Amino acid sequence: MKSWNNKAWFLVLPVLLLVAFSAIVPLITVVNYSVQDSFGNNEFYWVGLEWFKEVLESERFHNALMRNLLFSAIILLIEIPLGIAVALAMPRRGWGVSVCLVLMALPLLIPWNVVGTIWQVFARVDIGLLGYSLTQLGFDYNYTQDVVDAWVTLVIMDVWHWTSLVVLLCYSGLVSIPQAYYQAARIDGASRWAVFRYIQLPKMRRVLVIAVLLRFMDSFMIYTEPFVVTGGGPGNSTTFLSIDLVQMAIGQFDLGPAAAMSLIYFLIILVVSWVFYTVMTQQDAEPSSGRGQSS
Amino acid sequence: MSFVLNTHVGQRRSKRWIVPVVYIVFLMLPLYWLLMMSFKTNQEILSTFSLWPREFTLQNYITILSDSSWYSGYINSMIYVVMNTVISLAVALPAAYAFSRYRFLGDKHLFFWLLTNRMAPPAVFVLPFFQLYSAFGLIDTHIAVALAHCLFNVPLAVWILEGFMSSVPREIDETAYIDGYSFPRFFTKIFTPLIAPGIGVAAFFCFMFSWVELLIARTLTVTDAKPISAIMTRTVSASGLDWGVLAAAGMLTVIPGALVIYFVRNHIAKGFALGRV
Repeated sequence: MKSWNNKAWFLVLPVLLLVAFSAIVPLITVVNYSVQDSFGNNEFYWVGLEWFKEVLESERFHNALMRNLLFSAIILLIEIPLGIAVALAMPRRGWGVSVCLVLMALPLLIPWNVVGTIWQVFARVDIGLLGYSLTQLGFDYNYTQDVVDAWVTLVIMDVWHWTSLVVLLCYSGLVSIPQAYYQAARIDGASRWAVFRYIQLPKMRRVLVIAVLLRFMDSFMIYTEPFVVTGGGPGNSTTFLSIDLVQMAIGQFDLGPAAAMSLIYFLIILVVSWVFYTVMTQQDAEPSSGRGQSS
Repeated sequence: MSFVLNTHVGQRRSKRWIVPVVYIVFLMLPLYWLLMMSFKTNQEILSTFSLWPREFTLQNYITILSDSSWYSGYINSMIYVVMNTVISLAVALPAAYAFSRYRFLGDKHLFFWLLTNRMAPPAVFVLPFFQLYSAFGLIDTHIAVALAHCLFNVPLAVWILEGFMSSVPREIDETAYIDGYSFPRFFTKIFTPLIAPGIGVAAFFCFMFSWVELLIARTLTVTDAKPISAIMTRTVSASGLDWGVLAAAGMLTVIPGALVIYFVRNHIAKGFALGRV
């Protein structure tokens, strides 16, 4: 197993210094704001946990939080299975691999506000292909007016934007499975489902942890795309936490509540990600996973 | 070598390609629309609905490539993205090695703490970042954005590299040390080539997340280091929506990404053989 060596700290030191500079110092500033109030002129006085109480009790925060949780849940339920399915069906060799990889990765490398712009245009009923086609087909579709349409547009946009990440991660997990496993499974006469359940899924666990964590975190922090496409509307129906937060911090310049909300927001992400991480890596640590199950 | 599924589900193989093809068509449709719009005149976009341009024009691209306030945005973005990728990989490589090979005081907590930074919503950091980088006089420099993006790229690079490094057997390290390799020599001559695909993948992710991020990059820059995506938003609000130019600018932001994934693809393809060892 791994050897105990405290000198390894020296190898970690550069990362620590860099991240300390870009994470700890700003975080201290946020904590500082969250417990103080100001009347301008840089005069601050202590208010304790007042802002936290105010944020936690406000209707506005609850609603934004529920919208965000719902959005993340929908996203994960669609993108993870779809990503696995596409990865399983991808070719393993030949020219098809490169074509698939390059084309699928394209949406990932488009700046987020451009993604928003693309979908804003694509879904418009007057000049967009999607909106125009849907209207011609007789659907009453308008994402700027109708809440359901706005949500459907955002979900499809996110599926378009991010499913490829899940596909790429699963695919890299799949190709690392040694051929011997499949041969063993074939000799045992395992069904297609058994191969997936007992060979491919356990071997993909590590990349799936990454995929689920990344997708949860990023969908929970989503800002730019919905901001560009719907601007949080119609009404407040697509105002997610980040949009609400930026509105509060920069739009209204309510530093205290905004800082308190930031910390609560951060804490929620932390807790949920920690649960994901422990559950999924604990299964990883069990000695029976992988090799033992392949027969 | 790899007949993973065609040996197994021989007859059904013929239909499997449908899934990726349908998926790719779904991915390409909005991009096709953007591409077509970028070749149309603004008047045509607004007046008629057509699947391809009636009057083909390159005017939108000429507008962007001849105006330095447009194309300098691309150069700025490229500079800080490359800087960020280099810094992230340089610090993440030794750290990932430490995490994959040794146990040390607080290693698990440290690893999770690093990941928490990847989880921090950028919206939280916008205001403090601005104050921090103002204090150091770094506002509107490329290095400021590159350092700020390390917040989420370094943890991710450490995580990805740790995964790849853990798949390399420890016996390789030990054999090399017995053969008289010093640590730096072992790391550069033997270990780095072994995890080259991992480095490629990590570099790809660093590039990607730095290239696409807007909120922080926009906050930390004014004019000299302003990224292209921020220039786009400004122009949209100011010029009364010239859809054609907007589409052309969008199309041009797709190209660097396409190039990067094209190069990484070769890297990964080579690495697959190694990953099977």
